[in-house]
Amino acid sequence: MSLLEREAAGVAMTPDNIRTKQLPLVVNLGVALAAIVLSAVIVLGTGVGNWVLVAVVAVVFYLVGLYFAASRVEGRRAAKNRTMQSLIYTACILAILPLASVVWTLVSKGVERLDGTFFGSSMNNISARDPGGGAYHAIVGTLEQVGIAALIAVPLGVLGAIYLVEYGRGRFAGTVRFFVDVMTGIPSIVAGLFILSFWVLIVSPWFNDGNPRFSGFAASLALTVLMLPTIVRSTEEMLRLVPGPLREGSYALGVPQWKTILKVVLPTALPGIVTGVMLAIARAAGETAPVLLVAGGAAAINFDPFAGNQQSLALFVYQQAGDASRYAPARAWTAALTLVALVLVLTIAAKLLARRNKLSR
Amino acid sequence: MAKRIEASNVSSYYGSFKAIDSVSMAVEPKTITALIGPSGCGKSTFLRSINRMHEVLPNARIEGRLTIDDQNIYDPDVDVTAVRRMIGMVFQRPNPFPTMSIYENAVAGLKLNGVKKKAVLDEAAEKSLRSANLWDEVKDRLDRPGAGLSGGQQQRLCIARTIAVEPQVVLMDEPCSALDPISTLAIEDLMFKLKDRFTIIIVTHNMQQAARVSDKTGFFSIDKTGDPGRLIEYDDTQKIFSNPTQKKTEDYITGRFG
Repeated sequence: MSLLEREAAGVAMTPDNIRTKQLPLVVNLGVALAAIVLSAVIVLGTGVGNWVLVAVVAVVFYLVGLYFAASRVEGRRAAKNRTMQSLIYTACILAILPLASVVWTLVSKGVERLDGTFFGSSMNNISARDPGGGAYHAIVGTLEQVGIAALIAVPLGVLGAIYLVEYGRGRFAGTVRFFVDVMTGIPSIVAGLFILSFWVLIVSPWFNDGNPRFSGFAASLALTVLMLPTIVRSTEEMLRLVPGPLREGSYALGVPQWKTILKVVLPTALPGIVTGVMLAIARAAGETAPVLLVAGGAAAINFDPFAGNQQSLALFVYQQAGDASRYAPARAWTAALTLVALVLVLTIAAKLLARRNKLSR
Repeated sequence: MAKRIEASNVSSYYGSFKAIDSVSMAVEPKTITALIGPSGCGKSTFLRSINRMHEVLPNARIEGRLTIDDQNIYDPDVDVTAVRRMIGMVFQRPNPFPTMSIYENAVAGLKLNGVKKKAVLDEAAEKSLRSANLWDEVKDRLDRPGAGLSGGQQQRLCIARTIAVEPQVVLMDEPCSALDPISTLAIEDLMFKLKDRFTIIIVTHNMQQAARVSDKTGFFSIDKTGDPGRLIEYDDTQKIFSNPTQKKTEDYITGRFG
């Protein structure tokens, strides 16, 4: 008798029959049906809830029923496997549900104002009684603010991560890494207040005859503060995943370190870095508070990010959602839909671009 | 082309840990030198010290003198990249660049060091891939990823990449340990061919391989774990494998180590 057979219950090292019984699909479906009926009878019969509670209770009944049915036919190990598998599927569905719900709500409510006027006009001279108006100024604002923020944050963040991974040794690198971690937790309103007190109140008067001034650029700076730590940390993780032997292989060819980083390390880590950058951009595009604080919001189109108030999509949603006009909520929904679509398109475009460089597999 | 390498009293450290102690040996041009010995005895560390790859690891340092044609490569004003261009290296595990095609891998050393002319690169790619016995297998799919080749092919691609920059010395760190006998034979054949042009130093765990390919053999050993590795004996391969001077060497090559 082997050690395993002696110590582990139910293990046969040389079983007479290596086949096992399978739970028939009919039984599985029967358990599911019984769970639904039983749950409906209990929940609706006692009147404690509606169909949502029926579904939740049915899932619980199904899992329990499946475990007992399977342990009868297939044995405990297989029953556990089945139950866990179903549990994982349930968790997966639960995780997808809110997302699907958000998308559905956005599309169904946003489609009302999904028209040419919305994308072609601003809120200039639109009063509470006017049905028209649009988010053109907000789209322009979001694109400019996030674009400028990305132009500043991506090079700084990637270079910072390269420093931390490839060059950083000792106390200074440790300090930088610590403060990047701290920055990750900065609330966006704090970033907005920082830029308000520093850029808008102290620096911007120099460029505007001594008067402080809101601008889209100030919003970009606040968004940069929010994007930097995300980009640095995600890029750092991706660079660390590049195997050391690749770097050594390049050094052994007499390639200098900077060129090794540029031509071997960065291309290898590129898809991951792009994902991190897109996460940061998506977060920045959805920020409301800093834009409200330092760009102020506007009803008219302002193409110049360096002078005067500017709107952004997130801020537009916030303002329209709280507006007293009966046409405002529809605008808010469509703007929210536009924002999500914008981020989605940008993400897909970035992924395609990152893959184009890679060799076809 | 090929250069003479001379190490005198080379000691390598990882932080405070001494990995090899006072190794001295001279490697003549256009020869194959094999370094053998049990795991952890410092052969690879010594090999990595020859092209200043040892110092890539954090806190690694070296003492002593290592000269290539009488220039000390550890002088403070030495350009590390120049040393590494002169002394190429093939690693234990094949490490083709995953974002590059077979062609780009073969000429990576040239391209990354600034060669731009397509005609020159094309010629170098074919020449180095032919030298590495790989050309016939990959000539129709040069634009495919280098990482898609089999292990043996990848290793020959790494050899092609190394010899494309025409170094004077080629270091090989157990180049065949992950390969099947046929690929191993192909790489051994290759070493004989390369001997006409390069000085080759190879670390191997395979004693038959050392006996087959090398002109001289160095035997490294340690007394016990934690002690630095030492060069026990360094002589003609013929002599080492037939009539070693040291008892330790004899024990090791006859399998009575331990």
